[in-house]
Amino acid sequence: MLIHEHSRPGRKGAPQAPTSKADLSDIPQNLLRKDSAALPEVSELQAVRHYTRLSKKNFSIDTHFYPLGSCTMKYNPRACNSLAMLPGFLSLHPLTPDQHSQGFLACMHELQAMLCEAMGMAAFSLAPMAGAQGEFAGIKMISAYHQANNDDDRREILVPDAAHGTNPATATMCGYSVREIPTLENGDVDFEALQQAVGPHTAGLMLTNPSTLGVFERQIEKIAAIVHDAGGLLYYDGANLNAILGKIRPGDMGFDVIHTNLHKTFSTPHGGGGPGSGAVGVAERLKPFLPLPIVAEGNGSYRCLSEQDAPQSIGRLSAFLGNAGVLLRAYIYMRLLGKSGMERVAEFATLNANYMMAEAKRRGFQLAIPDRRASHEFIITMKREASELHVTAMDFAKRLLDLGYHAPTTYFPLLVPECLLIEPTESEAKEALDGFMDALEQIREEAKTSPELVTTAPHTLPVKRLDEVSAARNLDLRWKAEATA
Amino acid sequence: MPFIPHTEQEIDEMLEAIGIKHTDELFEEIPSHLKVSGLDGIPPGMTEMEISRLMQKRAAQNREAVCFIGAGAYEHHIPAAVWQLTTRGEYYTAYTPYQAEASQGTLQLTYEYQSMITALTDMDVSNASLYDGASALAEAVLMAVRGNRKSKSRRILLPRTVHPAYRKTADTIVSGQNIELVEVDYDRASGTLQLDALKQAAGDDITAVVIQQPSFFGTLEDVDAITDWAHENNALVISITNPLSIAVLKPPGQWGGKGADIACGDGQPLGAPLSCGGPYYGFLCCSQALVRQMPGRIVGRTTDVDGKEGFVLTLQAREQHIRRSRATSNICTNQGLVVTASTIHMAILGPRGLENTAAACHANTRELVAQLSAIDGVRPAFSSPVFHESALLLDKPVNEVLQALAEQNILGGYDLSSDYPELGNAMLVCATELRTEEEIMAYRTALQAVLAVETRHKEIA
Repeated sequence: MLIHEHSRPGRKGAPQAPTSKADLSDIPQNLLRKDSAALPEVSELQAVRHYTRLSKKNFSIDTHFYPLGSCTMKYNPRACNSLAMLPGFLSLHPLTPDQHSQGFLACMHELQAMLCEAMGMAAFSLAPMAGAQGEFAGIKMISAYHQANNDDDRREILVPDAAHGTNPATATMCGYSVREIPTLENGDVDFEALQQAVGPHTAGLMLTNPSTLGVFERQIEKIAAIVHDAGGLLYYDGANLNAILGKIRPGDMGFDVIHTNLHKTFSTPHGGGGPGSGAVGVAERLKPFLPLPIVAEGNGSYRCLSEQDAPQSIGRLSAFLGNAGVLLRAYIYMRLLGKSGMERVAEFATLNANYMMAEAKRRGFQLAIPDRRASHEFIITMKREASELHVTAMDFAKRLLDLGYHAPTTYFPLLVPECLLIEPTESEAKEALDGFMDALEQIREEAKTSPELVTTAPHTLPVKRLDEVSAARNLDLRWKAEATA
Repeated sequence: MPFIPHTEQEIDEMLEAIGIKHTDELFEEIPSHLKVSGLDGIPPGMTEMEISRLMQKRAAQNREAVCFIGAGAYEHHIPAAVWQLTTRGEYYTAYTPYQAEASQGTLQLTYEYQSMITALTDMDVSNASLYDGASALAEAVLMAVRGNRKSKSRRILLPRTVHPAYRKTADTIVSGQNIELVEVDYDRASGTLQLDALKQAAGDDITAVVIQQPSFFGTLEDVDAITDWAHENNALVISITNPLSIAVLKPPGQWGGKGADIACGDGQPLGAPLSCGGPYYGFLCCSQALVRQMPGRIVGRTTDVDGKEGFVLTLQAREQHIRRSRATSNICTNQGLVVTASTIHMAILGPRGLENTAAACHANTRELVAQLSAIDGVRPAFSSPVFHESALLLDKPVNEVLQALAEQNILGGYDLSSDYPELGNAMLVCATELRTEEEIMAYRTALQAVLAVETRHKEIA
């Protein structure tokens, strides 16, 4: 039932707004609204009950193991939320003069510094509001760098075919053409193909390391050298940063620019689809191009740099300072972890993934890349189950929901057929991992004995499988009063 | 170890299952000379008690003040229920609803959001949100370029009455795609955009015209005439509106004869706290004809195999994870949680609550302008009616006045002089429904004193 269906004309909310309507007669009639907006008219209790009940129809980290590959669904500490929502932060207007927002700016300055240290980069900007915007900022900086060097023929961005869709989409938004580089069976980039593709038209290479196939790119130094020798720059997509935090830093691998997903590695909530944060870090030579604002320190006080301070900056990406509240949560998380906590993130994320991979192998599941170490995630392919039992990776995913586990990422990366990309994160205990593997095994048994149970799953959730084709064909994108009248 | 649950015994069992002796072996594929020995620049970890103490201290360093600044972010009352519900773990810690059956809460809520924001804007369809109002304008421009098949020029008329930071952001985001953003000046007397100026800037072929209502100055544009003119010239109309204001102002879907084609703006006034500048969210609505040009996620209502109502992400073939380099945008993560808050906020306030709030903002700002303009050396910059912001001219440099006011814990407004030097000593003031008569009178008294003191300094000098 929609909130609109609880609505009754004339029902009023509560003492949440002024009780009468002030005079608007100085505004010309033709600029005023004639009818009231068709918004629901419900009591506060009705709204609270409705949205509490709706919330229960969600799986979430707080309620379920959520091993969604490439999404890093780790625990989101509650302290990060409650402290970021202290009134002193919540009521701070973004255009407050710097001298009145020193507490906030101090946190941001320290966050920039901690990110530099953890990533091995020279400088950071916190402006990008999500990973994709971080990618945009990164490629835009590469473009600005070549432009500043009058190196105008570099019109191509190289992207491995295993990359997230945001990579090629970003390169296009920045005006580049995209050239895909194939991946070898063992998960490494096809170096020969890369060698042939790199040249005077190469602006840069976007690389996720470890890759979306869940393995570390072993030729990273050779790759960095060949791209740099050709005059191109190296972009690090931070999607899988949780696999290396505390072990190896993108800056030390030779990357010139990186984005970090603070909502993955630094544990800010995913919020049902955002907000995220895609802070970008750069090596020395890209520093002048960082997006604004950047928080600087001088004489013991902090201030936001503007266009006057950074004339070569690629500019602004939002009206104010990015997703400030998300940045605060990441800051608090990093301070809670500290040096030793941060050094252990990759270690335990990787331990969990490799343990699950070993268990998957022991239980007879087929691994996409069986002979290598997993990063913080690994891939099971259900190719055999699909052909022999007619039960697909999607069927496994849906049945897992019945058994109380959120499904892994399905059908990504596109290179592996019938795949489940599984990322447990460091915050899950061994029994959750074992329980998940037991569930996978149970489903495979069901697939043999009562396949319909699996192919028609889920059975225990608020809805069964939904008709996506009809959803796209007969678009119903909003409630309309006349439809129910 | 913070947030790592493993016992020593479990670690041993897991290593044994993997067939290794030590976790170091997990990283043996990484060239050893590249590994980092330690993150020495990271301070030691803190307990929850210690970090609480630190953050309380930092929060207190942000001095509390009475806020008369708007300029794109507005302090409103948010019902207590809004964020209590929003921070329930089921909303707060869920991912993007890719597994629809396990995400009906977020999906239905997003469908309700799309229903509410299209009702407010009176537009046909909405997406599930973009990052903020400024980046939403950039996406709207890109969408207009894709959607206006009659235009070849890729020229967008972007008036100076549009928020300066929005214009800068749009420039950053669209500049790589061979799109021309043409600045159009405003009328100095009224503080609004004039048709004559648009006509002069237009040239032969324009792709779209951007109109911000209320304008950055708070003034009200003649949206009907501009919209009709744009449509007569085969240009699309992109509106930027404060979503609270259109509870009482004419919504973009009703501008002129045909309505705006793309409606965007920042959703912050509908349930997002100021929070140092974010997270807010960008809303983006359009006419049915443009729906396939829309960037970002869209939720649709459908049925399950038993015919039961349910909700899914739809039209995904527009998006980056399917279409890759040919996607409508690279956007993936949006501002879902803030949209959650905003949806609950709209549900609790309802149409009357939003109208009354909007009208109260208008009344308070009128009162503020009347009180401040009564001071010697203060006068309104423009003649046009305003919604809930107004530009005032001072006979002293604005930054000095604002600094003096800030020392008395009054954030007096936004200094317009760097973005609009031609106006002289101009500042933008705002009084939302939260500002009381006492606060407005206290501002008047303080401003009077500040201006008088400065005059005396000058006389002595």
